[in-house]
Amino acid sequence: MDLNLTTEERLFRDELRVWLEANSPKDWDQWREKPIEESFEYLRAWQRKLYEGGWAAVSWPKEYGGRSASLMQQAIFWEEMARVEAPPMVNSLGLGLIGPTIIAYGTQAQKERFVPKILSAEEIWCQGFSEPNAGSDLAALQTEARSSGDHYIVNGQKVWTSYGWVGDWCELVVRTDAEVAKHKGLTVLLVDMRSKGVEVRPLRQMTGESEFNELFFRDVRVPVENVLGKVNDGWNVAVSTLMHERGSYGARLHLLFKRSINRLIELSHTFQKNGHTAAQDAVTRQKLAQCYAEIEIMRWNQMRAFSRMSATGIPGPEGSIQKIFWSELNQRVQQIAQEMMGPYGQLLAGDSHAVDKGIWSYGYLRTRGNTIEAGTSEVQRNIIGHFVLGLPRSY
Amino acid sequence: MQFGLSESQEFLKDSARKFFAGECPIAEVRRLMDTATAYDPKLWSKIVEQGYTGIIFPEEYGGVGLGKVELILLMEEAGRALLPGPFFSTVVLAGVLIDAVAIPEKKKKYLAPICRGEARSTVAVLEASASWDPAALEITGASGKLTGEKLFVPDAAVSDFMVVVARDGVFAVDAKASGMKIAPMESMDLGRKLYTIQFNNTPAERVGDTAALLRAFDVATAALVGEMVGGMQRSLEITVDYAKMRKQFGKPIGMFQAVQHQCADMYLETESSRSAAYYAAWALEENAPNASVAVSIAKMYASDACRTVGNRGIQIHGGMGFTWENDLHLYYRRAKSSETMFGDAGFHRERIARQVIDSAANLAKSA
Repeated sequence: MDLNLTTEERLFRDELRVWLEANSPKDWDQWREKPIEESFEYLRAWQRKLYEGGWAAVSWPKEYGGRSASLMQQAIFWEEMARVEAPPMVNSLGLGLIGPTIIAYGTQAQKERFVPKILSAEEIWCQGFSEPNAGSDLAALQTEARSSGDHYIVNGQKVWTSYGWVGDWCELVVRTDAEVAKHKGLTVLLVDMRSKGVEVRPLRQMTGESEFNELFFRDVRVPVENVLGKVNDGWNVAVSTLMHERGSYGARLHLLFKRSINRLIELSHTFQKNGHTAAQDAVTRQKLAQCYAEIEIMRWNQMRAFSRMSATGIPGPEGSIQKIFWSELNQRVQQIAQEMMGPYGQLLAGDSHAVDKGIWSYGYLRTRGNTIEAGTSEVQRNIIGHFVLGLPRSY
Repeated sequence: MQFGLSESQEFLKDSARKFFAGECPIAEVRRLMDTATAYDPKLWSKIVEQGYTGIIFPEEYGGVGLGKVELILLMEEAGRALLPGPFFSTVVLAGVLIDAVAIPEKKKKYLAPICRGEARSTVAVLEASASWDPAALEITGASGKLTGEKLFVPDAAVSDFMVVVARDGVFAVDAKASGMKIAPMESMDLGRKLYTIQFNNTPAERVGDTAALLRAFDVATAALVGEMVGGMQRSLEITVDYAKMRKQFGKPIGMFQAVQHQCADMYLETESSRSAAYYAAWALEENAPNASVAVSIAKMYASDACRTVGNRGIQIHGGMGFTWENDLHLYYRRAKSSETMFGDAGFHRERIARQVIDSAANLAKSA
């Protein structure tokens, strides 16, 4: 056990720090509040810059434009990005999930065609997985692809698609065989979002924003060379994509949460509670301390998981505890913010009395989704129960 | 960065597990629980043969010279086995405290026999106020004599000497000293017996001042959390095994999500406690500036978690979990004793608050 950075890790971090110091945008504050429709090209340019610096996908193999970074280096990357409050990368799904899946399952032609443009953000990717009737039970999906010579004809509907409105390509999971068990008849297609018959609609969520889209496919023709992996092996391809969802990206959460709790601690010295400052209120102190502590534990859990993953090479089901831990903790952090702020907590961005331009009312609503998105807490507990503890499958 | 155990740490943990499984199976724990002191000289001498009594102490006093992480791993396995008797009080309490506060001459006198396994000991801290704050202590020893009462002292009846934390220093008192009366306190944890000690002009030898007291408490607290993690781990295993085996409505109950998700939470709480315990041990070993906060975080989290894990485990066992025959209540009892020792979750939340809220200005600078 040695939690100090190795020489190699320190060199990696220092090189990145120098690069970020010189290149991370200084005007992000003027853009971050704007709707992503407005900031999109700004963000695309930022990813392009990272790509040119060789930082867009540090986890990818060198031959594909990455740095073959170790898991610890990847964690360092996300921590450093969070530390300088760097803007997000717009092609995050392509970089984090879909690119690695194409590298793992794609043909040589697919890799050459798609991978470089994922890195440079020239082509934006979205993910067509969930459907109205296939959420946690993803394998029950109904979007069908009928073989028709050198094409598939796709019909169906997808939902909760991030970046659908701006997507050039979609990693789409479809049913190619309805006669076999539900996991066995799936195939992954790489679909050009400009194909005839693709319709994208915004999905308005409880925060009022539309981070996600609904996708409709009506007789969409997809060439057979755009099958990723083997026909009817789509479940394994899709699961491989989802496993990446719990990779090193979570490393940035510690700094983001830490920033929130530090701000709440600052605010606790100004808000009043029971006749003194919230910082002096015994109950508030206890709750702030609890959140502060759990934010640290979240990081230590992550570091242990990264160490174990480094040793075994693959992200294990233990990642499920990270998902439960951070999502529920994030809700508790928002809850204590609300308790401290009282009636001010409900004020939205734009109201002149809103605290911190309304980030806390937004956070309260947005974090409701944390225990649902990227695998509900219930599904995560099923994964722990079955795959970690060896209990019989409950569903 | 590598937050996993090294090969030698794995080896130590593994051999400790095998040792305790062989020498102190749960039937032996139950036998010792029913004795007056829960102390068995034969078990003790086997523990000594392993070198465990000197595990983290310097070699010049006969110790093995390993680090805090190794101590925590050993305690994790002791906790898993629910080890009864004075190992904790001797090594984790008395040994750690003497090592932290005593001058070399006193270490030769008191720490060396602990390392060699010749002496058993304990630390007396709490008084009637039950406060872990050293400033709240009333007993003083400047005169070379102690008068007053200490409570909640583990394993005092089998100690060859007591280490007494007084307001003005740390003192050693021989078990046969005059004017000392030891009486058992009837308490939940039958494997860790508690006592009151009354001092009446009892001769005491000053072994050091209280400057390093909190540091010693931090090390002992981290080791205690290690022990708690072992108890949680075993409670989890017992419960998962039961949930796989026990059938109702024609199915193993572990198939029901109401049960399975509780098991998942037990796992989450156990693993998170373990992460915190390991981190705290490492921070202490490295003298990291946040070591003290890390210890409080670990004790805070584990204090709640060990109780919750016990609650869930017993609940999942249904009626069987409520019986004396089932082992879970033995862990549940230890969990309660450990929860309050060195301060419960609320105590440590306040300790964290003092360091991170009351100094928010400093914190903002360092972030």
